[in-house]
Amino acid sequence: MKQKKVKYNQLIAMRAVAFASFRSITRNPSAIIFSIAFPLIFIIAFGFINGNNIRMDVGIVPGSDTTGMIYKTFSVVPNIDHETKLTVKELEDRLSKGRLDAILKFEKNSFQGKPEVVEIITGKASKEKAIFVKSIITNLVDQQNIAYYKSLSTKADSADYQRALLTNQPTELRESKISGREYKMIDFILPGQLGFSILSAAVFGTAFVFYSLRQTLVLKRFFATPIRRPYIILGEALSRIVFQLLGASVIIFIGHYVFDFTLIHGLWTAIEMLLLSALGLIVFMGFGFVVSGIAKSENVIPPIANIVTLPQFLLCGTFFPIDSFPKWLQYISKALPLTYVNDALRKIAFEGAGLMDISHQIIVLILWGVVIYAAAVRFFRWE
Amino acid sequence: MSPSAIIVVENLVKHYREIKAVNGITFSVMKGEIFGLLGPNGAGKTTTLEIIETLREKTSGNILVNGISLDENPNAIKQIIGVQLQAANYYPNLTLYELLDLFAGLYNTSVDKDNMLARVGLETRGKSKYKILSGGQKQRFSIATTLINKPLIVFLDEPTTGLDPQARRNLWELIKEIRDNGTTVVITTHYMDEAEILCDRVAIIEKGKIISLASPEKLIDDLIASGFEKIKEVKKANLEDVFLSLTGREWRDM
Repeated sequence: MKQKKVKYNQLIAMRAVAFASFRSITRNPSAIIFSIAFPLIFIIAFGFINGNNIRMDVGIVPGSDTTGMIYKTFSVVPNIDHETKLTVKELEDRLSKGRLDAILKFEKNSFQGKPEVVEIITGKASKEKAIFVKSIITNLVDQQNIAYYKSLSTKADSADYQRALLTNQPTELRESKISGREYKMIDFILPGQLGFSILSAAVFGTAFVFYSLRQTLVLKRFFATPIRRPYIILGEALSRIVFQLLGASVIIFIGHYVFDFTLIHGLWTAIEMLLLSALGLIVFMGFGFVVSGIAKSENVIPPIANIVTLPQFLLCGTFFPIDSFPKWLQYISKALPLTYVNDALRKIAFEGAGLMDISHQIIVLILWGVVIYAAAVRFFRWE
Repeated sequence: MSPSAIIVVENLVKHYREIKAVNGITFSVMKGEIFGLLGPNGAGKTTTLEIIETLREKTSGNILVNGISLDENPNAIKQIIGVQLQAANYYPNLTLYELLDLFAGLYNTSVDKDNMLARVGLETRGKSKYKILSGGQKQRFSIATTLINKPLIVFLDEPTTGLDPQARRNLWELIKEIRDNGTTVVITTHYMDEAEILCDRVAIIEKGKIISLASPEKLIDDLIASGFEKIKEVKKANLEDVFLSLTGREWRDM
C-alpha cells in the first residue's frame, strides 16, 4: 500500500530557507563590501606599507660577552627587543618561524684582547628586519674599527698601523644563515583581516538579519508553516556560513596568487583555514543572536555590535602583534576570542600547523561558544 | 459539532497579564464558506485568528481544525491551512519566483509558479523583486503564498486595509474565487461594505466576546425588524461608485 501523505521533512524546509537567505545575502551590497572588499582593501594598504616604526626581536646567544663596547651600544638602540633567556636551539627555532629577526653572538676578540667578534645569524622568515639588524650591527662594527685605527694612527707608529691593516681587523663580523621560510607582511596581515571579516560579518550580519526578519514578521509567517524554529535558524546560519567561507576563499585566493601569501601545504592549508573560519563564524554568530535580541531598535544595532567587534579589532592581533602591547593589555587580548582565530589562522598558514596542533585555540573558541550561546538562549527573541 | 463544520472554537479565552483579549468565544466555521470576524480595533479579532493559526498560545478553550485538536497536533494543522498576516513581509531582495520556491520548500510541496502568480494577477511580475511591488500587489502575493500548500482553509487578516478601491474590489473577486474552488476562507476586516459583499456569515466581536453571529442579510433584517431606519435617504449610487465609474475598475498598479 502506498502511503497517501509523505511525512513532512524539516530538512527540505531548512534547505529552502538556506537558499532564500543565501540569495538575499548575495544581493545585499554591504554584505559583499564588508566580507570581501574591505578586507582586501586593508590587505592592499597594509601589504604595501612596511612601516617606519618597526620593532625587531633579536636573540642573544647565552654566554655572550656583554662587557664589550659594541654590545653596550647595541643594547641601547631603540625598538629592539632582546631575548636573552633561551638556548641556542630555542633561538634558532624561533628564528626559523619568524618570531625572531636575528640571533647575535658577542665574543671577546683574541686580537690584542680588546675588541669583540659579533656573529649574526639570520633566517628567511624575517628578511627585511634581519637586514635592518645587520645594518645596525655593521654600522657599530665600522665605527668601532674606525675609532681603533684612529687611535693607532695617533700613536704615529706606522709600523703598528700597517700591521693592523694586514692582519685581523679589530672587530669583525661573521655572518651565517639558517634555512627557514620567508615571512612576509602579507603572512601577518591576511589572517588578521580574515579573522576580523569573519567576526564583523557574523556579528553584524546575524544581528541585522534576525532583527529585521523578526520586525517585518517574516519569522512569524514562517511559524505559520510546518517548519520548526531551530531549522529556521539552521537554514539562516548555513547560508551565512557558506557565503562567508566563499568570501574567505576569495581573500585567500587573491592573497596567495596576487600578494604571495604563504600556504605551506597549498590547498590543504587553505581548507584547514576555512574549517577554522567556520568554527569562528559559528562562535561569533552567537554574539549576533545576542545583539539582535537586546537591540530595541534597528539604530542601536551598529553601536552594540561595534562594542563587540571594535575592541577585538584593535586588541586581537588584527594589525599589530599582541606581543607589542604592554603586559596588562596582553591579558585582555588573550581573553578575547578573535585572538585565537587570528593566532590559529597564522599558525595554520605559515607554520603549517594541523588542526591538532592548534587544539588549544580550538578549545578556547569552543569555550567561548558555550558561554555566548548560553547568553543567546537567554536574550534571543522570536517575536 | 455539525458535520460540515471545519473549525470549531469553544470557550476560547486569552489573557495578556491583566487584559482579557479574548473572553470566552464560541463559534464554528462551515466548510466552503467565507466567514468574517468583524469588530473595532483591539476587539480580539487578530488574537482569535492567531490562536487558531497556531501562532499564539491560548489561555483556555478547545479548538478543532478539520477534526484535528490544536492542543494535540498543531503541526498537522499548519499543513492544511494558509495564513496571511497583517503587515507581514518577505525577503525584500528576492523575486516572486524565488519566494514561491521558498514557500514550496517550507510546505514540502511543488508549485506551478506562473499559474499561481496568474491566479492573483501577478503573471507579469515573476522576476520582479518583492520590494518593488505596490501595496495591492504585495497583498495579492501574500495571498498567493497562502495557497501554495492547497490548504483547506485560508486565514486573511485585514487583507484590504490600505488599498485603493480598485485593488480592494479585485481582491474581493480573488477571495470569492478561492472560496468557489472549495477552500474555506476566514477573514477579518473593519470595512462593513466588504463584509456585506464577501461574507457568507459574520461574527461581530466586541471586547473579547461575540455579540452577534449570522449572515449579513439576517443581521440587517433583524435590525430593520427592530424598527431601525437610516436617517439619510439612500441614493442609487454612492461616492465610491462615482469614483470607480470615473477611474475604471482595472488594477491600477500593474
